[in-house]
Amino acid sequence: MIIMHGVTKRFRRIAAVDNVSMTLDAGDSVALWGPNGAGKSTLIRCLLGLHRHKGVITVNGHNARSHGKRARASIGYVPQEIGFYDDLVVGEAIRHFGRLRGIRRTDIDGTLERVGLPGQLAKRVRDLSGGMKQRLALAIALLGDPPILVLDEVTASLDACGREEFMSFLGQLSGAGRTMLFASHRIDEIAALAKRVAVMESGRLTAVMDVASFASSHGVGSFVHLAIPERTRPRAMCVLSEGGFEPRLNGVGIIVPVRTDQKAAPIALLARASITVDDFEIISRATADAHAPIHGPT
Amino acid sequence: MQTTVSLTSPLSRPPHTLVTVAWIGVRELKDAIGTRWFTLYTLAFAALGLGVSFVSASGSGGSGLSGFGRTSAGLINLVLLVVPLMALSAGAASIASDRERGMLAYLLAQPVTPVELLLGKFVGLAVALLACILLGLGLCAMVVGFKGGALNASSIAWLAGLSFLLALGMLGTGMLISVVTRRASVATGTAVFIWLVLVFGTDLALMAGTLTFRLRIEELFALSLINPLQVFKMWSLHAIDSTLDVLGPAALYAVEEHGESLHAIFGLCLSAWILAPLTLACVLFSRKGVS
Repeated sequence: MIIMHGVTKRFRRIAAVDNVSMTLDAGDSVALWGPNGAGKSTLIRCLLGLHRHKGVITVNGHNARSHGKRARASIGYVPQEIGFYDDLVVGEAIRHFGRLRGIRRTDIDGTLERVGLPGQLAKRVRDLSGGMKQRLALAIALLGDPPILVLDEVTASLDACGREEFMSFLGQLSGAGRTMLFASHRIDEIAALAKRVAVMESGRLTAVMDVASFASSHGVGSFVHLAIPERTRPRAMCVLSEGGFEPRLNGVGIIVPVRTDQKAAPIALLARASITVDDFEIISRATADAHAPIHGPT
Repeated sequence: MQTTVSLTSPLSRPPHTLVTVAWIGVRELKDAIGTRWFTLYTLAFAALGLGVSFVSASGSGGSGLSGFGRTSAGLINLVLLVVPLMALSAGAASIASDRERGMLAYLLAQPVTPVELLLGKFVGLAVALLACILLGLGLCAMVVGFKGGALNASSIAWLAGLSFLLALGMLGTGMLISVVTRRASVATGTAVFIWLVLVFGTDLALMAGTLTFRLRIEELFALSLINPLQVFKMWSLHAIDSTLDVLGPAALYAVEEHGESLHAIFGLCLSAWILAPLTLACVLFSRKGVS
């Protein structure tokens, strides 16, 4: 689906991306991991044809440089922070980008419903919150069901609540046959969405590993899946976040990535806050990929 | 919530270039019409044009043709000042401001090529400028007609057409500035500087050059063709009056020497001013992208 071979992008003397080669098959989900300046966003921009680069990138059989328009037609893209036509109303924005994608009739209501923005049709883009704008960007990225989704640190500008909600949507999208490439520096996002992790450092691809190996190497050994009554979930999220965890709502409960020696800690924390935990399940990294609440649609 | 994916998506065939250009053009036109600067320019152009027409037509004593001749001379000078400034600043803001607010990268991440985006913006802004010119000159023609002048439709059509060609040239130049500058404020500043050079600088340079280098009359005429504003002025007067007496010896030489082929010469010059900056902008934008 995506083939990168010897991709290099230099800004003057600095190599922002240095000889990166990688292949993503259909249905693959790869996280680009690395510190700021590692070259994650630059690599994504090369893939989208926004930067001239050395090397070859092929998207769905089309060269990203020489046939960029064809290549991008297969890609839905959500940037870190979106710059939109602020004066447009939401419905008009979706229709406009639909036209650019060659979609004559856009089911705007259905599209908004899909990303959790029902009833926002007539709202101006400038009046949307950051999280809502990201959902709008996701709605636009999904127009026409492109087989590839590219996300560039999409939750970086969102608050904790907005991030949880957005991740919940993305969690439903991954594992549905779509190829995903996304940049992130959050372990919980990578654990939730990725099948493989491409580690980047100073523009170079230093390792590609499965998510279990990545989680182990970064001190995250397991997940605790907590069944908590819906009304107390927001408070539980706050308590867990304040306790140093990175919890994530997954539709039926809360998933908490934990180190292997900390599996009971989230439950103890919630008990101290008098929050009832109906049930819990420990999911080891080895089985995480196959576990429906984490990777599958809910 | 169900999510279904079709891997043999209809998206594998993006829309034709002309369709993409048209949709971007429509969006740009709607945006331009909604902006404050465009409304202000249009109102200023219409108001000044009305003023010029009213004063000129009042002084004509009912002599319609000469009334409109005087009006058109006033309007030519008005167009020379307002239309290039309007087109240059519209073009200069087009790409640079999108780049600054992160919109450019998002647009180019869609199935849209840089050339399609640039041409779409050009078309949209060109239509907006045409609307502004037609509104301004149309109001002027109405005033002249209302004051009892025998309105010369072909004169106003020439003036509107040539104003539009001048606007296209300046729009392309503005877009070239927009492509090569990173910040919208720098682009706008550069556009205003270019406008000052074209309106005042080249006249002064020609005068100084003539005195210093003792330029021959044909050299002076050739040099004046470099400035699109001069070309517009000469072509407008030639089209409306058939003579260029008011412009002095170089213009008289041009009429004597080139006669009717002056239309072709002026047309080639303005066409070059439209095509060269726009083509260069397309090439640079394609190579440079959003970086």
